[in-house]
Amino acid sequence: MNKLFQIRKSIDKKLYIFIAAMSFVILIAVWQAASVSGAVNQVFLPTPGRVLSTILDLFITGSIWGDLYISCYRIFMGFIYAVILGIVLGILAGSFSVTEAFIQPMIEFFRYLPVPAFVPLIMVWVGIGEEAKIAVIFLGTLFQLVPMVADDLRSVPEDYINAAYTLGSKRFKVLWKIIIPSMLPRLMDTLRMMMGWAWTYLVVAELVAANSGLGYSILKAQRYLKTPYIFAGIIIIGLLGLLIDRTFALVSRKLFYWSEGGVK
Amino acid sequence: MLGKKSTRTEICSGSQIEARVANSRIFGRNVTKVYKSRKKETLAIDHVDFDILENEFVSIVGPSGCGKSTLLKMIGGLDDISEGAIILDDQVLKGPGADRGMVFQTYTLFPWMSVEENIRYGLKEKKCPKDKADVIVNKYLDLIGLSQFRKALPKELSGGMKQRVAIARALANSPEVLLMDEPFGALDPQTKANMQLLTRKIWQKEKTTVIFVTHDIEEAVYLSTRILVMSQRPGRFIADIPVFLPYERDLELKDTQEFIALRKEITGILHQGGDNS
Repeated sequence: MNKLFQIRKSIDKKLYIFIAAMSFVILIAVWQAASVSGAVNQVFLPTPGRVLSTILDLFITGSIWGDLYISCYRIFMGFIYAVILGIVLGILAGSFSVTEAFIQPMIEFFRYLPVPAFVPLIMVWVGIGEEAKIAVIFLGTLFQLVPMVADDLRSVPEDYINAAYTLGSKRFKVLWKIIIPSMLPRLMDTLRMMMGWAWTYLVVAELVAANSGLGYSILKAQRYLKTPYIFAGIIIIGLLGLLIDRTFALVSRKLFYWSEGGVK
Repeated sequence: MLGKKSTRTEICSGSQIEARVANSRIFGRNVTKVYKSRKKETLAIDHVDFDILENEFVSIVGPSGCGKSTLLKMIGGLDDISEGAIILDDQVLKGPGADRGMVFQTYTLFPWMSVEENIRYGLKEKKCPKDKADVIVNKYLDLIGLSQFRKALPKELSGGMKQRVAIARALANSPEVLLMDEPFGALDPQTKANMQLLTRKIWQKEKTTVIFVTHDIEEAVYLSTRILVMSQRPGRFIADIPVFLPYERDLELKDTQEFIALRKEITGILHQGGDNS
């Protein structure tokens, strides 16, 4: 016991995996017990088995694919626009004080405006088409992204920059050949986190103003009190997010094999 | 008065360095650093003059916070000069450039480049033809004894190896003067001693003019032809001491009478300098 609870000391890897697996087992067991025993009405809390068969069913009948596709499309579009603009603004804010003064205070202000509150405005401006959902994801991620990119840039060691200067590089060369390559692993981590935000705003957009997509499928299921489908929708979104997150992490490790956490 | 011509000729004839030029390679006049904050101005470096000759290995020693690193950064063009000027080859320095190579205390190898690419960086920046660059890169890899590590990434190297590559990277650019800012400060004593040996060897071979900042007096005595001692903040030079020790130096030199005497002398000056403020 004494050995197991040492602050910041690692434990045996197998034990670690076992404990992690146990937490899921316990969650599912409690869930199962609660719905089977009738402590919670099965209409509100369907059994894990029921939810699992619903998920399988959605994939086998193929009714989920359309929603899955349109949601991924929206995420991708909103995310890519936010990333392109966000990285440019972030790099400007991080490298020059002049551009920082122009960009960062404004972005910080927008960062604290709740994006869901913009949804009605977005609908007035761009209608209820795909543009509206993309706009929500775009706005939701952009304002979070800019200060984080700027911070990634600022955490490039000062002496890398100094070393490049003393090796004869001029300002823009330093930015392009030293600062940007140096910040890439951190930037990738930032994008990974932003993907999480993008998923959140996707669901916001689809719950409020959509007639397709994973978020909408949850809303639809709620109208007919098809709770297994609500659970299935949430779990699918969660798994998809996890999948994308892991992919990002893997790609990052391979791509930036030279960084401390990277592998060749 | 420091850096007078007469003392300099004396140093030249005294130490056994061949082919010394009697004019200074790089010099500073009235060099001052003031930090301004909203309420007050802090004088960090107080109107210092210095003259560094061709092929000299000059160490600047002083208590921590005395401004020696700041002065070196100013020579490197990485920090603004508040007042005065630094002149290299008759040009008043403005900003950093490839003519002043620098080795830092922190590890500054670009982590996404291999050892070889790091050394090649400066050559690429000045558009040196590839075949010519190859020769130079190989020469310096050989000089630092890391030829077999040419493809290695910085993260695969030990601290001492990283600093060796950093020295090679700076030298490959053939700078007019090499600035070294406590480059071995983060190394263990054994590695540090080996690095000193290597640095002295490289300097004898390359004949580069070196300005070396350290708070380790032993290191300064071992490496230098001349030592400038700085006072506590605001930094001023309080002594200019030529090092009359054999040209060929091995690590045993540190145990000799002359070496210890000189080390003690400088330690004494530093302590006095500390009492004044």
